[in-house]
Amino acid sequence: MELSKAIEYLKNYNGRQLRLMEVCGTHTAAIRNSGLPSIISERIHLVSGPGCPVCVTVTGYIDKLISLSKDSRNVIVTFGDLMRVPGSEMDLSRAKSEGADIRFVYSPLDMIRMAEEDRDHVYIFAAVGFETTTPVYAALISEAEKSGTGNIRLLTALKTMPEAIIKSAEGIDGFLAPGHVAVITGTKPYEELAGKLELPFVVSGFKEEGLAAAIYALVKMAQSGERRCLNLYPQAVREEGSVLAGAAIAKYFESGDAVWRGIGLIPGSGMYLKEEFQRLDAGSRGIDGNTETPGCMCAKVITGRIRPDECHLFGKTCTVDHPVGACMVSQEGACFVASSVSPGSLREKSVSCSGSKIH
Amino acid sequence: MEKISKLHGAGGISTAKLIDEVFIGAYSNSFLEGLSDSAVVPGAERIAVTTDSFVVRPLFFPGGDIGRLAVCGTVNDLLMNGAKPEYITAGYILEEGLDIADLKRIAGSMAKTAEEAGVKIVTGDTKVIEPVDARQPGLIINTSGIGFVDDGTDISPSRIEEGDTVILSGNLGDHHAAILGSRMSIKNHIASDNAPLTEMVTGLMDNGIDIHAMRDVTRGGLATILNELAVASGKHISIEETAIPVSGEVAEFSRLLGLDPLNMGNEGKCVIILPQEESEKALNIIRNSKYGRNACRIGVVYEDATGVTLKTRIGGEKIVSSLYGEGLPRIC
Repeated sequence: MELSKAIEYLKNYNGRQLRLMEVCGTHTAAIRNSGLPSIISERIHLVSGPGCPVCVTVTGYIDKLISLSKDSRNVIVTFGDLMRVPGSEMDLSRAKSEGADIRFVYSPLDMIRMAEEDRDHVYIFAAVGFETTTPVYAALISEAEKSGTGNIRLLTALKTMPEAIIKSAEGIDGFLAPGHVAVITGTKPYEELAGKLELPFVVSGFKEEGLAAAIYALVKMAQSGERRCLNLYPQAVREEGSVLAGAAIAKYFESGDAVWRGIGLIPGSGMYLKEEFQRLDAGSRGIDGNTETPGCMCAKVITGRIRPDECHLFGKTCTVDHPVGACMVSQEGACFVASSVSPGSLREKSVSCSGSKIH
Repeated sequence: MEKISKLHGAGGISTAKLIDEVFIGAYSNSFLEGLSDSAVVPGAERIAVTTDSFVVRPLFFPGGDIGRLAVCGTVNDLLMNGAKPEYITAGYILEEGLDIADLKRIAGSMAKTAEEAGVKIVTGDTKVIEPVDARQPGLIINTSGIGFVDDGTDISPSRIEEGDTVILSGNLGDHHAAILGSRMSIKNHIASDNAPLTEMVTGLMDNGIDIHAMRDVTRGGLATILNELAVASGKHISIEETAIPVSGEVAEFSRLLGLDPLNMGNEGKCVIILPQEESEKALNIIRNSKYGRNACRIGVVYEDATGVTLKTRIGGEKIVSSLYGEGLPRIC
């Protein structure tokens, strides 16, 4: 079907109200960037799910990183967007300004060079992510083993997707399955979920055309009651996933329980370094503490039960400049993305008034 | 190889020798002769003054270096107010251990760029400090600039009017991508766009184009600059995604890293807002200048709101926010 016809259909859709969840944070950002929410019918609600890795990281994990950073023998290495996630007392950027050695990198592999050049310190990577990022950490370990650097550790908060989707399914009429994750895992887990939850799933890429096609397909499937997984990202996603990445993960990691910010403990939804690689672990197991700031409704946002602007803190005490919850920190977090669209979204503006500040 | 040492900053014979060998040769002009404490230069009724510091790493990157960048940044800041750049200063803060050969290359590049930009380097200073990272001693350059502004020239966001056309002088993201690529040792053909916009802007002024507002699109990228213009003017700037020029390679590179060219920094691009009826003539002048070949009309000014919106490829509309923090690659 032509893109214009799909868009026309979504614009004029007049059927029952639908709540469609995009699981992946990259989809949340890509959907906003495409401008799709400004086009499609108000009867189609696009809801963000639990697929932003920073957003589901518990405060206990940040606290653990901060306590490790206070030991002057340690250097903490992280991706940039973890820096401002609030712990129970402070975030990493505050710890850094107080003298902790915390550095951010674009690729975990950069840490190997740092560790090789400075044998006096232990380099600890804040290994946060889903199935997509785990193979990168496997590569980091593999390279570290090869180079013989004994001063590399990981503090992991690795999670796997399927179980969290089940926890978020209440009131949802269909899922946009996470495209990057599916590259690694294949479509099988989503076919199983579609059967289990009796809901349609569509695996989608990230370009506008693909997103429009995926939402169109979801709406059609939700209406006709189809309960299967449709792969609209076949150029990157195969049924069996990436065998190579799967093998790399299986070599170093094993499944375990994990605590999700906003959801709580989900048995078997975590990945941890195997017993024989425990010497590389900085104490990842058993991190569970989570202290939310009173009033923060990240938990409900992450599971799609409320929209970001339904949280009482949104746009008031919780802003992009001063995030209270993790969803406002990550550039793929639902609240960060929503903060530039609403309040006063374009649709409302065009109806209501002239001269209103949209920024 | 000869390195910078504390002695080079002590103010004695070593300092004099360094200045003589590195800077005087490169920047020779009548104002520098005699090396007095300050330069005395002819002036004008209205002058524009600016200052900027340059701390980029690596010092040399595809398409440029910190010296070229320093001249371009300062000259472009003067041009954006409609000033004709005349003089700049060169303050060097050198880290102990820096190769003098590298310093010579940078000073030479600065001289060459100054010539291209039509400015004279009239005074300078050198200091030596402990290196921040002894494995990679570097340098910091501060440049101040002076330009002459003609009577009657008035370029300011307050002049932006409904119906004005928004022109972007070329592709977005090249500098940001070149620096990131070079830091990450990624091999590609992306080169920094660092360039002085003297020919482009004086071309517009000399042809009597009535520029309402003009900004160079540096840190924060187009998104931030347009938001600043929108807020300063109280207007709504609407741009079209399909009209914004980005090279294929930069588009691919930024997609891989999860960056948006709208938020990426440039060092040789500007956005010009002017009356619609002048836009055709202005575009011709810009496109015929050395660094303006890919210039495009990218948007229009409205009065119905304050802010920046973008019409997307598939016909949607979204609000464009200023960049918050650094443009960070995604982790998922």
